[in-house]
Amino acid sequence: MTATEVHGAGARLLTVSGLDVEYPLKGFRRKPFRALTDINISIKPGETLGLVGESGSGKTTLGRAVLGLAPVTRGTITFAGQDISHAGRQERRKLGKDLQVVFQDPYTSLNPSLQIGDILAEPLKVQGQDPATARKRVKELLDQVGLPVDAVDRLPREFSGGQRQRVAIARALALSPKLIVCDEPVSALDLSTQAVVLDLFLQIQRDTGVSYLFVSHDLDVVRHISHRVAVMYHGEIVEQGPASTVTRSPEHPYTQRLLLASPVPDPDRQAKRRDERHRLLAAQRLQEASGIPA
Amino acid sequence: MSMIQPAELVGQTGTVVRSHVVKKILKNPLGLASVIVIVFMIALAVLANVLAPFDPNFANIGKTLAGGDTVNLLGTDSVGRDVWSRLVFGARTTLLSALLCAAVAIVIGLPSGLVAGYYAGKFDGVANWVVNVLMALPGIIVLLTVRAALGPSVWISMVAFGILMAPGYFRLTRTAVQSVRNELYVDAARVAGLGDTAIISRHIFSVVRAPIIIQTAVICGVAIAIQSGLEFLGLGDPSVATWGVMLNEGFKNIYLSPLLLLWPALAIGLTIGALVLLGNAIRDALEDAEKIKAPRRGSGTAQETLAATRHLPGRTSPAAVEAGTEHHLVKVSHLGVGYPQADGSIKKVVDDVSFHVDRGEVLGIVGESGSGKSQTAFSILGLLPDSARIVAGSIQFDGKFTVAPTDDRVSQARLGGYRGKRISYIPQEPMSNLDPAFTIGYQLVTPMVRVLKISKAEARKRALKLLDDVGIRFPEKTFNAYPHEVSGGMAQRVLIAGAISCEPDLIIADEPTTALDVTVQADVLDLIRDLQKRLGVGVILVTHNFGVVADLCDRVAVMQNGRLVEDGDVREILRNPKDPYTQKLLGSMLEDKEPMTMLVSGGMGAAQAAARDDDPDAKEMAL
Amino acid sequence: MVSFILKRIASGISVLVAISFFTYCLLYFSSANIARNILGEYASQAQVQAKEIELGLHRPLLSRFFEWAGNAVQGDFGASWFTSEPVVSAITTRLPVTLTLVIVSIVCIAIIATLLGTAAAVKRGWIDRLVQGAAVVGDAIPDFVLAIVLVAVFAINLKIFPATSSISPDAGSAAWVASMTLPVIALLINGIASIAQQIRSAVIKQLEKDYVRTLRSRGIPEWEILFKHVLRSAAPAGLTVLSLKFVGMLGGVVIIEQIFALPGMGALAVQSTSQGDIPLVMGVVLYTVIIVIIVNLLVDLINGWLNPKVRVS
Repeated sequence: MTATEVHGAGARLLTVSGLDVEYPLKGFRRKPFRALTDINISIKPGETLGLVGESGSGKTTLGRAVLGLAPVTRGTITFAGQDISHAGRQERRKLGKDLQVVFQDPYTSLNPSLQIGDILAEPLKVQGQDPATARKRVKELLDQVGLPVDAVDRLPREFSGGQRQRVAIARALALSPKLIVCDEPVSALDLSTQAVVLDLFLQIQRDTGVSYLFVSHDLDVVRHISHRVAVMYHGEIVEQGPASTVTRSPEHPYTQRLLLASPVPDPDRQAKRRDERHRLLAAQRLQEASGIPA
Repeated sequence: MSMIQPAELVGQTGTVVRSHVVKKILKNPLGLASVIVIVFMIALAVLANVLAPFDPNFANIGKTLAGGDTVNLLGTDSVGRDVWSRLVFGARTTLLSALLCAAVAIVIGLPSGLVAGYYAGKFDGVANWVVNVLMALPGIIVLLTVRAALGPSVWISMVAFGILMAPGYFRLTRTAVQSVRNELYVDAARVAGLGDTAIISRHIFSVVRAPIIIQTAVICGVAIAIQSGLEFLGLGDPSVATWGVMLNEGFKNIYLSPLLLLWPALAIGLTIGALVLLGNAIRDALEDAEKIKAPRRGSGTAQETLAATRHLPGRTSPAAVEAGTEHHLVKVSHLGVGYPQADGSIKKVVDDVSFHVDRGEVLGIVGESGSGKSQTAFSILGLLPDSARIVAGSIQFDGKFTVAPTDDRVSQARLGGYRGKRISYIPQEPMSNLDPAFTIGYQLVTPMVRVLKISKAEARKRALKLLDDVGIRFPEKTFNAYPHEVSGGMAQRVLIAGAISCEPDLIIADEPTTALDVTVQADVLDLIRDLQKRLGVGVILVTHNFGVVADLCDRVAVMQNGRLVEDGDVREILRNPKDPYTQKLLGSMLEDKEPMTMLVSGGMGAAQAAARDDDPDAKEMAL
Repeated sequence: MVSFILKRIASGISVLVAISFFTYCLLYFSSANIARNILGEYASQAQVQAKEIELGLHRPLLSRFFEWAGNAVQGDFGASWFTSEPVVSAITTRLPVTLTLVIVSIVCIAIIATLLGTAAAVKRGWIDRLVQGAAVVGDAIPDFVLAIVLVAVFAINLKIFPATSSISPDAGSAAWVASMTLPVIALLINGIASIAQQIRSAVIKQLEKDYVRTLRSRGIPEWEILFKHVLRSAAPAGLTVLSLKFVGMLGGVVIIEQIFALPGMGALAVQSTSQGDIPLVMGVVLYTVIIVIIVNLLVDLINGWLNPKVRVS
């Protein structure tokens, strides 16, 4: 841990240290599947940590482990000074107030048979708010995410993908949480809708000071929204640091490959980037060949 | 804000939606008929004491096998019992026993299915084994055994049959719960701290409710059939009047009084038929709602609808293409594609689209979901869904019409000669585009044998070469593999190999890298670029990604809501977009933007910007 | 593959053991007056007691079951308590009639339903409406009611077919075919209607798959796509409902055999259960369950052959 990162444990909202996640496999005496290995991350209040990686890198699993949706095999997850690695149902209910989630797919993250009002009121009800207060809060939330108040008694199917994602964000905001885990929240959206939803995330953070653990496969998205970025590869974090450093001049070979793989919207710059990528790949292959004796 | 929903649907509560289903069932003539029959039968059963002039077992020995008269409406049976009275009391016993059977099956099957589906684990294993046992049992033989053991009571055999039917409910519930258990909204409820009971009752039970109702209608029908069957065999309780006992009585006297058979057979047939129809009507009513619920992404939507006109004014039928355009590899002129709607109108998804592609040129068609870009590409391939209509314009390939100006559908006869041979296709999703039941080699070899008319051995040699060409390291191994044994990136390479296998002049690639990881995407883009250069083919690349466009394309066409808003040289469009929509799309790109700044809202709040942005956003709801 | 088959056989045996024990328990409670029933009303109390001891009725349930099971494993199912006919011979003389009826019906159903279902899925239009309509009608009329109607119309009114069919295969094949026609038709209608419907929806589901579009784009002829790719992928769904139909038919055939007075397993089942003839009932139940298990195993094997993914796991 470098000196610049240390602000004292009290300043950290979320600390994950030495986290392993394993899934048991079917079959007698088979070794469990290791999804995450020795994960160490932390998030300060009001900060966004971007988590970038490709499919199967374990980025989604890390988000789910923080939420209690994936089994913690080793290590600890500390949230607001409290160890939540193995929190039970009761503790989770209390945690629900401060720790929330926005999922990737706006089409399956809302129950199709419930009205928007009921969906938004669900977390409020769990915390024991009375219906009148809950109704008032639901209206505030809709306003906050830019949806009309009459959305309350409509069904999710009456909304577009971008609008549904805003409902999901409103649900996450309902209890004014301290941290929202965002699992690929814009990757199912069209380009222009993505821009609108990213703006909304930024605006909410400015207004409420919420922290995000922002999971995405898209380096551009992560660069845009994060203060700090962690890069995942094969269940491990290979590199983390300030967003500008990691996403512009990365050190780890994988991050370098990732950065140069994403095409830019200009033919000539893209041609340059393509050549850079080919040179990098050749250099890395050479390094690998010389680094690992046969 | 433009909502696609009909106005009366907006702002309804859950209960209203449910009554909507009831209304739909009653509007469906078969549904209405089945409800009437069932209500009639229930009325008979409830009012049996009032409707029946005689006790069902009162025998008038002096008047046997009589025809209908004012005293005995439907006549009498072989011992002089009143047929009408027995029919009415029979309705009571028969319906009650069917309900008993369904109730037993639900009480056992539903909770066990919920628990097995939600918690899985040991209980699931045991329950499945029991279900396998129950489903291996032939129903009637078990009921015969039960009767031998416990006596000829209707109720006991229906309880036993209910147990035998429980696996139906168990499986239904278990499958439904399993599919919902991992839905994201259930995860969201867990994160909110909802308990298992609350999750099951709130989020999961609502999913199984409808299938359970349908299943119950079917099970009641089966129960009536089985129970009547047993009694027909003479194995029922002879002292209780049921339709099955009456059938048995009628069959004994089939030569003397065939009408005795008619009434109970009619009652059984009508009741079971009504139950089956009711089940179908409920399913139809629910599926109707589902259709609106699950918008298909990717297919186009333009709000404008046109009247269904097969021959649009001004559409003449020239035999040859316009002079001076023959040299274009493909030329699409004023193309319109639409889908006929239930109300007779046509919903246009592609509207007045014109562009051309020359040999060796790469054209990118860019747009968001619902822009009609894929529909345009598929109309060139002739692979539009059956219901699609060409409502305007023409397509010519290599100087000949594949869609002539008067055609309202793509001519499969004309395109059949080109497709696979001169025009080929690279799909988006690598896995779902290979048939899981055949090896990769088979799927590469067969088109070559069919299209190029070469021998299998020759095709095999070429397939191995192709696999090598697309950068697969062990061609032989991949050739013999099944699709599920290779990675997504490798499968996409296989599909590209397939697309170039018959040396086409034009390749249509529909989002060929969208389903791939970024690093794999870069490799596949390299591959497509190399092949395109080497083979000199024309390519139409459909994509939503301007980076991919910049990487591969010579020219770009930008589409929005079925219309082509702008086209031209790739540098021109990407650097100096003229159309506001293109500007907006490029403005939404994150590359080269100052991090943590607002992208679209500028000075105003993001929420206001979002609200203002609802209109184009809503169009994304492709139907 | 071998381990897959062994696993299925093991699970089949466990099902067999469970069912035989359960049935035996059930019958145990019904055997109170059995000795009296065998000997008739006028037998003395002493004779009845002697008979009970001879049949082992005084012994506890478990010891009786294990003795029966021990013999059954060696292929000895005992003899009928009423007729003294060995259970194995009683069943083997009747099984061919039932199996012929069921297998002929299932094969006809499979062929006709596949043709109709595929045609409905591909052509749509009137044939689709016909299949859908027929499915409702087929579901609505229980096969025994249909059998009664067939007897009333074709045998009694029109006299085209014999009403009762207690003709053995020795009586000449023409007469035998004539006697089997109505029962087979009675079993067919319902099955064709419901299975054609299943095949229709399975084929439609496959036709909408992405790979079908890609095959078309490769220039593969439509008939080849349909028969080689689509039907192959749709087959498992059809086979599964067909195997359920088979199980249902093994039971349903009991009533059909009674209507046409066919000397099959049905008569044996009805007679033995109503008399409480434990060895015979156990024999009937076991034979039926074994057939069901074999059919399910076959279906699993065919599905594994059709779907390489299943084969691997």
